[in-house]
Amino acid sequence: MTEVSANRPEMGVAAPLKISARNVSVFYGAKQALKNVSLDVSSEQVTAFIGPSGCGKSTFLRCFNRMNDTIDTARVTGEIRLDGRDINSPDMDVVQLRARVGMVFQKPNPFPKSIYENIAYGPRIHGLARGKVELDEIVENALRRAGLWDEAKDRLGESGTALSGGQQQRLCIARAIAVDPEVILMDEPCSALDPIATAKIEELIDDLRGRYAIVIVTHNMQQAARVSQKTAFFHLGSMVEYGDTSMIFTNPVQRRTKDYITGRYG
Amino acid sequence: MREPNAHTVKSFDDDIALLRSIISRMGGLCEAQIVGAVDALVTRNMDAAARVVAEDARIDALEAEAEALAVKIIALRAPLANDLREIVAALKIAGVLERIGDYAKNIAKRASVVAQAPPIGPVIIVPEMARVVVSMIRDVLDAFVDRDVDLARAVCERDRGVDDFYNSLFRSLLTFMMENPHYITPSTHLLFVAKNLERIGDHATSVGEMVHFAVTGEHLTDRPKSDDTSTYLNKSSDDAGFSDEP
Repeated sequence: MTEVSANRPEMGVAAPLKISARNVSVFYGAKQALKNVSLDVSSEQVTAFIGPSGCGKSTFLRCFNRMNDTIDTARVTGEIRLDGRDINSPDMDVVQLRARVGMVFQKPNPFPKSIYENIAYGPRIHGLARGKVELDEIVENALRRAGLWDEAKDRLGESGTALSGGQQQRLCIARAIAVDPEVILMDEPCSALDPIATAKIEELIDDLRGRYAIVIVTHNMQQAARVSQKTAFFHLGSMVEYGDTSMIFTNPVQRRTKDYITGRYG
Repeated sequence: MREPNAHTVKSFDDDIALLRSIISRMGGLCEAQIVGAVDALVTRNMDAAARVVAEDARIDALEAEAEALAVKIIALRAPLANDLREIVAALKIAGVLERIGDYAKNIAKRASVVAQAPPIGPVIIVPEMARVVVSMIRDVLDAFVDRDVDLARAVCERDRGVDDFYNSLFRSLLTFMMENPHYITPSTHLLFVAKNLERIGDHATSVGEMVHFAVTGEHLTDRPKSDDTSTYLNKSSDDAGFSDEP
């Protein structure tokens, strides 16, 4: 692991520590998809994971809220701490964990329910609202923070699936925000969206930064450069380089990082 | 045969190669323009001087071409890391070479004026000085095309020699003017010629620094400036030399 020492995770984070991953490996059956990755995520910055398909970046992201638990053959080793607490320990309630660590996926996946219900569902099952007035308030706040309120306020009763793709994705972000999470994981949140909708999501990520720790997986290098402050480059299951986004994209230390971001990766 | 370090998209490599070749051609023209202008000055050839003045338009046209291509690459390819640094450097170098072309043109214009005045002695230093700056331009652009950091750094260090030439010419021309007040017009033009060459040396040096950054991603640390004529004060009419204290 000599490559990693040039840009160590410890050096990567100056702001408050939110998630700390140590020696995390993931196996799907016999195949090792992620090899011994250590990295810190700050609560006040956007962290981007980049790398070619199959490099392990989404697999690593899914470790942060134990989404790999849902895959029978998946096995995770190593340690991930959220605010210092081991998220894989037996006394960690995985439902609570996923409320604290929300997730937004590549394809917008609103519930086949009204816009209002899409947002209200989480707060209701987690008991975050006492009564209708509070619930209305949570729904409005979440939609406002996701930049969807003005477009959706007159059609809250309509189905979430009736919205455009970009609106659906912002609805999903609003749904994640509604349960007042601490971390938001985004797995290629813009890859199914047009450029304008993408710009709105990027603007939203900028707005949300500081309030939530955000980790985003993206295939769009320019997007990673625009929205994140820290970038990690993955290749063949290993983390090759992790550091300030401005350095990764202008003057990367590792040859493999440079070849990938400049379009020379074969 | 594809280079081992080629881009996945081959036309990206073609664009970068074309940009490099435009910069090289600009550099070649700048060298020829400086040599032509200084030659016209020394041989007192007004036709040759006029040709140099007219040729400058070619450098300007190449600069516009380089700029358009660099902007196109940035817009279409969104270059990153070393590619980004190289393209930004090429854009800046094109601007610097255009400026160098302007200095050569200005030397040619002054050559026409000097040719109409009586010949003066100190002009013989100018071709020597021009040789140094021309070699700096040639080497610094070789360094750009070959991504040769050592050569770029060596060029920067050579600027001191150009400054020494300038200091010495400044001093001789001052003495010369004091002794021959009716030669003040051609001497002043010659002083500007020398200043133009000194500025060209500075520009070649800044190109060297750009090449260093483009290749390594790190800035070259400051080098001392040895042109000290700006601090010169003529305290008494019989002392045209420099004081020891700057």
